Amino acid sequence: MFSDLRDLYQEVILDHYKRPRNFGLLKSANREAEGHNPLCGDQVTIYLQVEDGIVKDIRFQGAGCAISTASASLMTDALKGKSLQEVEALFERFHRLVTDSSAEAGPELGKLAILAGVREYPVRVKCATLAWHTLQAALRGSGTVTTE
Amino acid sequence: MTFTAQAHRTLTPAAVEGLRADFPILRQTVYGQPLVYLDNAATTQKPQAVLDAIAALYTGYYSNIHRGVHHLSQLSTEAHEQARTKVQQFINARSDREIVFVRGCTEGINLVAQTFGRERVGPGDEIVISAMEHHSNIVPWQMLCQEKGAVLKVAPIDDRGEIMLEAFEQLLGERTKLVAVVHLSNALGTINPVARLIELAHARGIPVLVDGAQAVSHMAVDVQALDCDFYVFSGHKLYAPTGIGVLYGKAELLEAMSPWQGGGDMIRSVSFEKTIYSDLPYKFEAGTPDIAGAIALGVAVDYVQHIGLEAIAGYEQELLDYATEALTAIDGVKLIGTARDKASVLSFVLAGVHPHDIGTILDRKGIAVRAGHHCAQPVMQRFKVPATARASFAFYNTRAEVDALVAAIQQVQEMFG
Ligand SMILES: Cc1ncc(COP(=O)(O)O)c(C=O)c1O
Repeated sequence: MFSDLRDLYQEVILDHYKRPRNFGLLKSANREAEGHNPLCGDQVTIYLQVEDGIVKDIRFQGAGCAISTASASLMTDALKGKSLQEVEALFERFHRLVTDSSAEAGPELGKLAILAGVREYPVRVKCATLAWHTLQAALRGSGTVTTE
Repeated sequence: MTFTAQAHRTLTPAAVEGLRADFPILRQTVYGQPLVYLDNAATTQKPQAVLDAIAALYTGYYSNIHRGVHHLSQLSTEAHEQARTKVQQFINARSDREIVFVRGCTEGINLVAQTFGRERVGPGDEIVISAMEHHSNIVPWQMLCQEKGAVLKVAPIDDRGEIMLEAFEQLLGERTKLVAVVHLSNALGTINPVARLIELAHARGIPVLVDGAQAVSHMAVDVQALDCDFYVFSGHKLYAPTGIGVLYGKAELLEAMSPWQGGGDMIRSVSFEKTIYSDLPYKFEAGTPDIAGAIALGVAVDYVQHIGLEAIAGYEQELLDYATEALTAIDGVKLIGTARDKASVLSFVLAGVHPHDIGTILDRKGIAVRAGHHCAQPVMQRFKVPATARASFAFYNTRAEVDALVAAIQQVQEMFG
């Protein structure tokens, strides 16, 4: 009954929605940015502690749908310990994964690959990328972003 | 032979099936499921009669209006002006001079803000709205207040989503230059006691604009009985196309107002020294209007009047009551908007599931609802929710569709465990 909806709402996604990882304020943050999706009211703040070009710690806060919350949670898990160069490369790959139906997941994406299902739901792509765009804003120091 | 009183008749399920057949778009499947269209507060679907009227115009007698001596121009002009008369009768305005065709409800409100508002509102003056307004009945007044150094006052609503009458009355003062209030809330379904609000405002000499965007398709509206000063609505929520709407204004107010946009049709004579404006309503209708839209709106008005607004309201009320009961019986559903006087709108949230996810899952089951803030962010803030899911009904919806909605919500819950 749920077959194709289950491609989007996989157990891992629902799990990260109900029990988001790395959730809450990061006191030691030296970068942060806030992102909004005004259409659905999703709102996320990303906190980063970056030292010597490495993401030492990363957390997020906010309220959103299952897709945006799970995406933020999975993202924070994936980026901890990565260099800024690796972060940039992952962003590119992830973006392609959720927007380009011919993109292959590839092992470097790890658990993030689970969000590939979102590309069958074009109006939900913004939910999956909100945390990532907010992350970029934090790294560039541009404060707030909105996706619409 | 017996006659039944028209005013009290309601629609039977068989009659509704017959009416559904008038809407070609409803006969389709979405993701393999029969379409259940429950987004009528955003816009309504169009009956064949409206579609036919547009085709008949463009294939038979289309021309520009008001300026041709030729045959087609006369036919088009006549049809356009007949539509105006139909709208006048539909809302019981005194004269068709009081019916200004605009692009939609939003444009109608902006027109009033930019003419009447700019002329009457000065520094320190106040405009009163309610806490359940659509953005289109907030932002034009904010812009005006900013320009003039005036103050926007907001009448609060209670936990049911009803306007708080005493607080509203207290906001009306010496400096209040206008009240602008929604008739039927698109986010909550509340029917405001507009006649009472108008009475309170008029007792202090304050004019009132009513946003009728949602109301006109769900209840009989009589602008003279209400005694409102302005009434605005969009055609597309009344089974007509987008691009056409109506601003009703009392003739004496419209006459005193300066024009809004300048151009052709709104002038009697132009020289470089002096321009003399046309009479009402043409003074406010600069440029070639949406001719097909106006004619189609006239046909849509005929269509709903043929069914009867009382019959529509009666049927929709039963359907809303049925849906309200069914939804509240689901554990975890919370209705946002439980006013005692409601129509057509069921806004709700579901414990543990974001409205956006509800919307996506329902969509895959062929059910079109809206998830979001419904252009009423202050309402979301008032009820402390980021968004709601909203099912909104028209007379072509059925109990079977409500049952499909309920079953789908239960499946959402199963999925989210
Ligand atoms: C209560 C209310 N007012 C105003 C509007 C604006 O109507 P339009 O977008 O057709 O101008 C809407 C439409 O959603 C509405 O529901």
